Amino acid sequence: MAAGTKGQKHRSTLVVNGVLILICCIWLLPTLGVFITSFRDSQDIFNSGWWAVFPHKEDVEIGEIILDDAVDVNGKISVEGITATFEELREGITLSDGRKLTWLGNKRTRKIVISEQKWVGFTNNLTLENYKDVITGKEITFTDAGGNEILRRGNNLGAAFLNSIAVTVPATIIPILIAAFAAFGFSWLKFPGRDLFFTMIIAILVVPLQISLVPILQDYTKLQLNGTFLGIWLAHTGFGLPLATYLLFNYISTLPRELLEAAYIDGATNFTILFRLILPLSVPSLASFAIFQFLWVWNDYLVSLVFLGEKTRVITYALASIVGEKGQDWHLLTSGAFVSMLLPMAVFFMLQRYFVRGMLAGSVKG
Amino acid sequence: MQVPHEKRSAFAGLINWFTTIVGRIFISLFTPAITFFVLWRVFLFLRDSDAPQIIIVLVAILWGVGGVALLFVISNWVVEQLPGNWGQRLQPFVFIGPAVVIMGWYLAIPVFRTLVLSFKGSLGQDWIGKGWAIFDNYKFAFTNRIMLETFRNNFLWMVLGTSLSVGFGLLIAVLADRSKFESIYKSIIFMPMAISFVGAGVIWKFVYTYRGKGVGIQEIGLLNAIVLALGGESQPWLNLPPWNNLFLIIIMVWLQTGFAMVVISSAIKGIPAELLEAARIDGANEVQAFFKITIPYIKGTLITVSTTIIIFSLKLFDIVRVMTGGNNGTNVIANEFYLQRFTYGNTGRASAIAIVLLIAVIPVIINNLREFNKDRRAF
Repeated sequence: MAAGTKGQKHRSTLVVNGVLILICCIWLLPTLGVFITSFRDSQDIFNSGWWAVFPHKEDVEIGEIILDDAVDVNGKISVEGITATFEELREGITLSDGRKLTWLGNKRTRKIVISEQKWVGFTNNLTLENYKDVITGKEITFTDAGGNEILRRGNNLGAAFLNSIAVTVPATIIPILIAAFAAFGFSWLKFPGRDLFFTMIIAILVVPLQISLVPILQDYTKLQLNGTFLGIWLAHTGFGLPLATYLLFNYISTLPRELLEAAYIDGATNFTILFRLILPLSVPSLASFAIFQFLWVWNDYLVSLVFLGEKTRVITYALASIVGEKGQDWHLLTSGAFVSMLLPMAVFFMLQRYFVRGMLAGSVKG
Repeated sequence: MQVPHEKRSAFAGLINWFTTIVGRIFISLFTPAITFFVLWRVFLFLRDSDAPQIIIVLVAILWGVGGVALLFVISNWVVEQLPGNWGQRLQPFVFIGPAVVIMGWYLAIPVFRTLVLSFKGSLGQDWIGKGWAIFDNYKFAFTNRIMLETFRNNFLWMVLGTSLSVGFGLLIAVLADRSKFESIYKSIIFMPMAISFVGAGVIWKFVYTYRGKGVGIQEIGLLNAIVLALGGESQPWLNLPPWNNLFLIIIMVWLQTGFAMVVISSAIKGIPAELLEAARIDGANEVQAFFKITIPYIKGTLITVSTTIIIFSLKLFDIVRVMTGGNNGTNVIANEFYLQRFTYGNTGRASAIAIVLLIAVIPVIINNLREFNKDRRAF
């Protein structure tokens, strides 16, 4: 009886882990494919799927036969000890010793390729060229699938990467700074209109940002803020502030009142209390929001598309334009995708706990 | 001898008093003015300079972050200089002012401005018409064939996307709870949350890629390779309406399942062990325990997660924009908004579409306000 339940338990653990491993493989496979492809030679990418880099059996050419003119290609053809028609040869015929004969091209070529199943994929033609091409802005030439030489300017993702940093760092810190002051004000200071303003924050928490794009763009055109860092920082600050203030308020308002009163008695001003006392105590909440906002801004496409555009290309914009212009250049797309994922992935693996908290806290954002 | 001395000291006191007040006012005005001037010069430098990009980036970061901090320090300092309790009265507004002004400018006021614009023509100048014609943009937004297609697609996104994300999230959360390697599985499923929609678009475009038929042409897309290996025929997946919507929705499921899983997982961990134990002792099997205990217990969480993902799929833009541009019957509301505003330059119609999105989230806004009022005692 006991042994039976134990065996049952063992089996159910196996099933549970089996299903989970299967799901995880499905989840990882698309990213893995892009990751591997980004290191493959730009020619190889089109000749075989990315899974070809793993050791597998494949037909490998070991020789060829050119039929002489005496052979009638319309009738039965005798070759390598077998007799077959052109159509059969074209489909490919496997000999008893494992070799395979395949007619190459049309009847006039008179060429039969001999191939054999062999293990391949131990030595791969892996390269960093793709990354070099996509990051730098230099001119590059390559041959496309049809054998034509093509000259193109690089995609300069390196510059876009720097622009993304210039957008993301202030667009993360500025809302935190402003929201910290506001959250402190709403939690501990008394002033007229407090309830009204805070109700406004709650109300606009989930307002879709499409609502703002048209009027704000009008303002930006008047103020000449289009394409400037200041413009996009302010936009991300505006769209991130309700959430930031709300989250920090929830945290700061639960700090013990006695702590602040003691500080007031010691003669501290609101300003010093905020910087010496409140902010150091709020680090977990600040970190969660910081990670959420950082990722949101880094991964944002719509806001930068509208307010920055071609003038100051950020990484998502640059990647999306490769998709638009060079949709089949997989060596650029895959390496570009990985360049754009570099920083978020690093944050994810290094600060996983805060990362999860931040994503959960930020999921309500409009 | 003593009188002049007294006089002089009174005079000195007066001068002293005068200079401190004037000096204070002078410094209070002068410091902010200098600050603004410096910040403005740097802004011009950033906008027009040809300096190497790395320098511009560094200056920009320092300027942006430092500038905001400086503005706070200076305005706080100015307020603290004010005589009497004026400082105390004004200080709260130094603290909340910037946040309220920015939120007002970027989100609160645009609600009304967009509402007004939605009754205007394509340039946002004149009213679109007289009488009933004033609703022309809304007539477009609710009855045009293009818009009806986007409604259908967004409905698909909301129903299929949400149920698949929450379903997978629940399945993985429940299974992972019974495994020793829970955290590994969970991080793998959660990882796509770090990837941008544009990046995810590239990843999945590669999965769906199609090269067509022909001698020597190899399918390099994963999905077509699997279909070929199973004896099927390769397909241009993203050009097959209405199924292409499903292939796009899968991308969102891939991205959002991790979110659903983590939230549901923490809810499952909150179920008291005795409750499940008691059910098992009463003879319930795992499936019964799941439906009779687990599901009712985490119902609130499931509703919250579903609402969040529904709102998310309502506003979905990037995936469609990057993958298909809304062609081949995959258009969604947010993409039509973008097209109307930025491709066709019709602000009126774009505004009406934005208002449609707002109307769709109004129930959530009302709910948030109600919840907030409930907790008001803490406020």
